Amino acid sequence: MAMRNGRLASAMIAMIEEFRTSLKGFAMKRATLVFTLALAAGLSAQAASAQTLKTVKDRGMLSCGVSQGLPGFSAPDDKGNWAGFDVDVCRAIAAAVFNDPTKVKYVPLSAKDRFTALQSGEIDVLSRNTTWTLSRDTSLGVNFTGIAYYDGQGFLVRKSLKVNSALELNSASVCVQTGTTNEQNVADYFKGNNMKYEVIAFGTADETVKAYESGRCDVFTSDVSQLYAERLKLANPADHGVLPEVISKEPLGPLVRHGDDQWLDIVKWTLFAMVNAEELGITQKNVDEMAKSDKPELKRVFGTDGNLGETLGLTKDWVARIIKATGNYGEVFDRNVGAGSKLGIARGLNQLWNKGGIQYAPPIR
Amino acid sequence: MAIEARAPPSQFVAKLRRVLGGQAGWGGFALQILFVAALAWIGYEIVANARANLAAQRIASGFGFLSNTAGFGVSQSLIPYSESDTYTRVFFVGLVNTLVVSVIGIFFATLIGFLVGLGRLSPNWLLARIAGGYVELVRNLPLLFQILFWYLAVLAALPNPRQSISLFGSFFLSNRGFGIPKPVGTVGFEPFAIAVAVAIVGALLLRGYARRQLFQSGRLIKIWPYVLGMLIGLPLLATLIFGKPVTFEYPELKGFNFSGGSRIIPEFVALTLALSTYTAAFIAEIVRAGVQSVHKGQMEAGASLGLTRGNTLRLIVVPQALRVILPPLTNQYLNLTKNSSLAVAIGYPDLFSVFAGTTLSQTGQAIEIIAITMGVYLVISLVTSAIMSFYGWRIGRSMGA
Repeated sequence: MAMRNGRLASAMIAMIEEFRTSLKGFAMKRATLVFTLALAAGLSAQAASAQTLKTVKDRGMLSCGVSQGLPGFSAPDDKGNWAGFDVDVCRAIAAAVFNDPTKVKYVPLSAKDRFTALQSGEIDVLSRNTTWTLSRDTSLGVNFTGIAYYDGQGFLVRKSLKVNSALELNSASVCVQTGTTNEQNVADYFKGNNMKYEVIAFGTADETVKAYESGRCDVFTSDVSQLYAERLKLANPADHGVLPEVISKEPLGPLVRHGDDQWLDIVKWTLFAMVNAEELGITQKNVDEMAKSDKPELKRVFGTDGNLGETLGLTKDWVARIIKATGNYGEVFDRNVGAGSKLGIARGLNQLWNKGGIQYAPPIR
Repeated sequence: MAIEARAPPSQFVAKLRRVLGGQAGWGGFALQILFVAALAWIGYEIVANARANLAAQRIASGFGFLSNTAGFGVSQSLIPYSESDTYTRVFFVGLVNTLVVSVIGIFFATLIGFLVGLGRLSPNWLLARIAGGYVELVRNLPLLFQILFWYLAVLAALPNPRQSISLFGSFFLSNRGFGIPKPVGTVGFEPFAIAVAVAIVGALLLRGYARRQLFQSGRLIKIWPYVLGMLIGLPLLATLIFGKPVTFEYPELKGFNFSGGSRIIPEFVALTLALSTYTAAFIAEIVRAGVQSVHKGQMEAGASLGLTRGNTLRLIVVPQALRVILPPLTNQYLNLTKNSSLAVAIGYPDLFSVFAGTTLSQTGQAIEIIAITMGVYLVISLVTSAIMSFYGWRIGRSMGA
């Protein structure tokens, strides 16, 4: 109940925000008139969008859009603190900016509302298992900063149905969350394989899973990582299995507003720093020792040689700050979704490029 | 030399001045024009600046997206729809779904509302208490909660398709909905339809004739045997001559679901149930207020004429009560229509869900889509309210009030 109302409220806030954004431009363009000046004064809280770093520093908080609760990626733990893979990306950015990973305000968003929240300036970065597609990159006024997680779409079914392949799903009822790429992929897949299906689309992941659990649908479809995460919420997780087919490419990553290149660089390189750290063997434990190293590569990374961090608008020790806060990419993966977590997802494509995966970051130099 | 009377000022100009400027005259008229111009300018500025800002932020704008391919499926569409249709088509699919759930919801809400409202006034103690209990229970629980209750209760109570409850081997009830045979027209369908139409027109003519006779000469003609004969006989005759008008396509379990036949999806059932029972509670109170506003002498007058309680209500009290009932009843109809947008919670593909939901998040064009959706709800509401006003006007006229 509260969640539904919260969702509706956030949709309304998003609408009002959008209206405000347009009003703001209105005020700035015609600032000569008295009443528009009054409007501008009322709306001055929203500073120019091209200075996100300054806005974040002035506020003393990073505003980070996350999911409404997806175990392993972004969900409150038993103490009420947000935790997960996507949350660690937020924490890493906060660490790089403030040297304090706790300076993050988490804004839970549904799939449907997430882009509006970013467009309107309610959040500075969206780290919410969001698939990078061309149309989103070009028409939503957002920029993707990189690929934090290589994913693909799959199907979750009851084992009692004795289905072994997605190709046996002809005439099935499919539950899907609205506002996702999954909704379109499933249409493509069934049409492409000449299979009939019925799709029932829900506003939030929780409603979707509830409908699947109640038997309204034979199949729940989503990104495979989410299937594993949502399965944990079911009464008997062991009764449900993920089918082997992966029907799409779902490159997930954080995104920022279009038009602020400095902020784009900061988020992008925070992610790259974590991947590079894993490659160089820098971990949360050994980061202080490694910082004293004489190796030229490590000296560049830790800022003891050169000022690469400052060129980003951060400090020289930005990488050390990030790794101290969250650990390197591999540690973040294992802790939240990998072997060290309840989800137990294999690294697969997300293994480093030199270890059989495709996770690869440009060098820090 | 005769004194000529001064020519009176032109009636036309005076009238025009009054109409356009009211009591303030031409000055008032000029002010109105200025005001409208200022409003139009503000409207233009808002639109132009929103466009400029969206373009600057690289957010797509304009209505071009309406002709793009939607690429997603919809669980219930009463007009032909496939994934390769456009967003315009999605819009109409959603609109039809909203209208269907609203119209059916309004029908049942009115029916239940009148029954409960009259039941609450019944001299029967038990009936009155049950009706009162219904109103207090239903109107005091949040609607969204009731929608979820019906949806999850309906789903939880029903078996999966493979163990579905079957009635006569042609109706199937499962958690995928209610499968019913689908009528398919055959060669005999047109003559059959014509026969039904002729029978209805004939019955109406006969009724008009009987009424005229009753009012003019006081003769009471018993017409129901003829009407019944005509309504049953003519279509039967057509069937005998031209063969069966329709054949039925029965639902059949194929794979995971029933194929063939028609299916009423559970989302629709839950939403209609919740909307009509919820609104009925409010309508019941409106009906009670309306009936109580009619002087009780009217009830007694009916009784003294020897009419039964039911007939007194139907012929004397309710028509007078309608004048009080109609305006708040219209409000409830509008509420029901707007409340249908809560469908998004249970995955019923109404306008708000598929257009202001899925389409919005796929295209990201919030301003255009929200504007269209608001416009549509406004039009639906205005049309409903116009129909009700017309009905109220007719009642007022027929009662000479």
